[in-house]
Amino acid sequence: MGDSGEALRAEGLVKRFGEKVAVEQLSLVVPAGSFYGLVGPNGAGKTTTLSMMTGLLRPDAGRAFVHDVDVWENPVAAKAMLGNLADGVRLFDRLTGEQLITYNGLLFGLSHGEVAKRTQDLLALMDLTDAAGKLVVDYSAGMTKKVALACALVHAPRVLVLDEPFESVDPVSAANIQDILVDYVRGGGTVIVSSHSMDLVQRMCDHVAIIAAGRVLVAGTVDEVRAGQTLQDRFVDLVGGRRHSEGPEWLRLS
Amino acid sequence: MVATLLRLRFRILGNALSRHPWQLVGFIIGALYAAGVLFGATTGLVALGFAGPAIAAPIIVGVGSLVVLGWVLAPLLVFGMDTTLEPSRLAIFPISTNRLIFALTMAGIVGIPGIVTSVAALATFVTWAHWPGALAAAVPCVPLAVLICVVASRAVAALASGLGSGRRYRELTGVLVFIPIVLIGPIVAGVIRGVATSGGNLLETLSTTSAVLGWTPIGAAWAAPAAAAQGDWVGAAARFLIALATLAVLLLLWRYALVASAGSSQQRSSTAVKPGKIGAFGRFPATATGASAARSLTYWMRDPRYQRQLIIVPLMPIILYFYSSFGHADGGFRGIDLSAPIVSLILGITLYTDVSYDGTAFGLVVARGVRGRADRLGRVLAAGIIALPLLLLVAVVTIGISGHWPLLPPILGISVGVLLTCYGVSSVSSARLVIPVAAPGDNPFKRVPGTTFLMGISFLGIWASAIVLSIPEIVLGIIAMVTQDALLGWITVAVGVVLGAVVLALGVVLGGRTLDRTAPELLTRLKALAGS
Repeated sequence: MGDSGEALRAEGLVKRFGEKVAVEQLSLVVPAGSFYGLVGPNGAGKTTTLSMMTGLLRPDAGRAFVHDVDVWENPVAAKAMLGNLADGVRLFDRLTGEQLITYNGLLFGLSHGEVAKRTQDLLALMDLTDAAGKLVVDYSAGMTKKVALACALVHAPRVLVLDEPFESVDPVSAANIQDILVDYVRGGGTVIVSSHSMDLVQRMCDHVAIIAAGRVLVAGTVDEVRAGQTLQDRFVDLVGGRRHSEGPEWLRLS
Repeated sequence: MVATLLRLRFRILGNALSRHPWQLVGFIIGALYAAGVLFGATTGLVALGFAGPAIAAPIIVGVGSLVVLGWVLAPLLVFGMDTTLEPSRLAIFPISTNRLIFALTMAGIVGIPGIVTSVAALATFVTWAHWPGALAAAVPCVPLAVLICVVASRAVAALASGLGSGRRYRELTGVLVFIPIVLIGPIVAGVIRGVATSGGNLLETLSTTSAVLGWTPIGAAWAAPAAAAQGDWVGAAARFLIALATLAVLLLLWRYALVASAGSSQQRSSTAVKPGKIGAFGRFPATATGASAARSLTYWMRDPRYQRQLIIVPLMPIILYFYSSFGHADGGFRGIDLSAPIVSLILGITLYTDVSYDGTAFGLVVARGVRGRADRLGRVLAAGIIALPLLLLVAVVTIGISGHWPLLPPILGISVGVLLTCYGVSSVSSARLVIPVAAPGDNPFKRVPGTTFLMGISFLGIWASAIVLSIPEIVLGIIAMVTQDALLGWITVAVGVVLGAVVLALGVVLGGRTLDRTAPELLTRLKALAGS
């Protein structure tokens, strides 16, 4: 199979939940080696789309590929190339941070020695070495995100799919994680992140797609998409819904 | 404020039922059943009034005591607790503890069990109306009895959800509180049977038992009007005071538990193991199966929801001993000998709830593309490592107590065969069906409203299939036990182990293949359950 240079490809993905159409004929191509941002308002279908592209949620129609491997026809081979940080799912939080990362590494068939080495590296990268022996359930929200990210990285995947990786993460850790991700892309990896922070996406990503109501409104390199404006302004223009009001009177305390 | 909380409770119940039709069906069946019970109770109480105090008193006191006991035991044993108005969720609102206690008590009274108890308790007025003194005593005592039911239930629930500061400690005490409470049942039954065998007819036995119960916290509120009916004014006053003191102590206990848990809910456990200690993960081979087994085994050690399922293991022989030690004192076959096979059924079902207990964390298994067979086998290994030694221990200890050593081989053969078969059946069924369970970190005794019925059906289905598939070793074992044939006993062991292993292997392969196809759908259902 020749490599098309596409790390991820979605073709006409559709997902309905009862009457509600969450994702409507969504197609997306993430070029290999890109740092791709996926932005959209709440309920736009970001998590649903990423779940369908990573084999977690079966689409009603459409196909998804990881480096030309069909996620739904050959899930084991596709998932082996993916590092996935899913939003809205629990971790096995009765394990210690160290055990959780080890567990992930072993699931991918790494040897005990290799897993131990990588786990130590990742704990150090995420500033979690001191908390290695604590149960994940006792971690703060930001620490939990970081350990989940470490779990996604342990098997050195070719593609990283990160759903809201910076939510609740403190600024210092966020900056450290960004460095890791930039370095990972420079080393040949591909990253797709969903985020609500336009600033962060504009600064960090080279490609971006804006989705709303389950469709791609616009996609391309960051410079193409923002067309001279800031990404924030372009996003508000496209998505709409900005209100210019002062808030209710009873909320003014003085 | 109290009215708002009550409305909130019904709104949450209504929303949950409208989202899940099966829960609604379960709820309606429960309500119809309650109406039937209420009709029977009311009719009985009206009729009792004509029977005279010598008959009415022991029956009302006896049944009333059972009702109080039921309020305490049923949530813990069978149904789980209604945690709709979880105090920790209300912590952000400015509600004083006393007001919270009042609101939760009211919420308890207006639930189905509360309504049934209240109406039945009110119906005792009709019974006591034949004796003016009893009627007067019933005015304070009937509300007191209902309050004791509700408050006792809530207080024990609050205590069971754990005291103390650290999370681990809190979770552990939550499980441990359960043990003495479960034993109340067999002990009371034993006492009553002991009294019963001491001679006399049924009514006499009931009178004696009720007379004793009337002086205890569970019976006093019901016994005070009964005493008044018989003209015993001092006795009525004394029993009333006992009931009042009971309510006061329960309220204090409940308040103490609420305050203790409110302070500790935000605290994090500071205990940590040393870096590099990865426990079971270092001991299993570095494969997906090994990793799954290590993960599962770690949960068996750490998660109180898993440990809760093991409480019944030491208790089952005790319960069987109590219920069978009366009337069968001739040294023949006794109920306790059956402990191991019964325990094997209970341990066998634990594998079925395993995926449900993962909750959405099962998403990790799906995301990493773990092969179904590896997942199944890993879970079976972990459960087996816990269950097999326990099962052998139960078999040897219980047979040791009864002294029927020739029964050991057939009992072992049946137990091991049934356990392995249950694992095989569960490996297939849990790849298709998940059930609503308490989420990680939730109170392990939490009940999801309306699901008791659903859970019972799936458990019965697995047990029925497992028993049918283990018919060879069960029949062989029974023949061996009846004929006392030692060779046949050892053949049972061989058949149980081999046949059980074959069913298990088939279950792992079939279940694994199913899981490879259905894992994403299973995850979707787990997410829906987590959101409900």
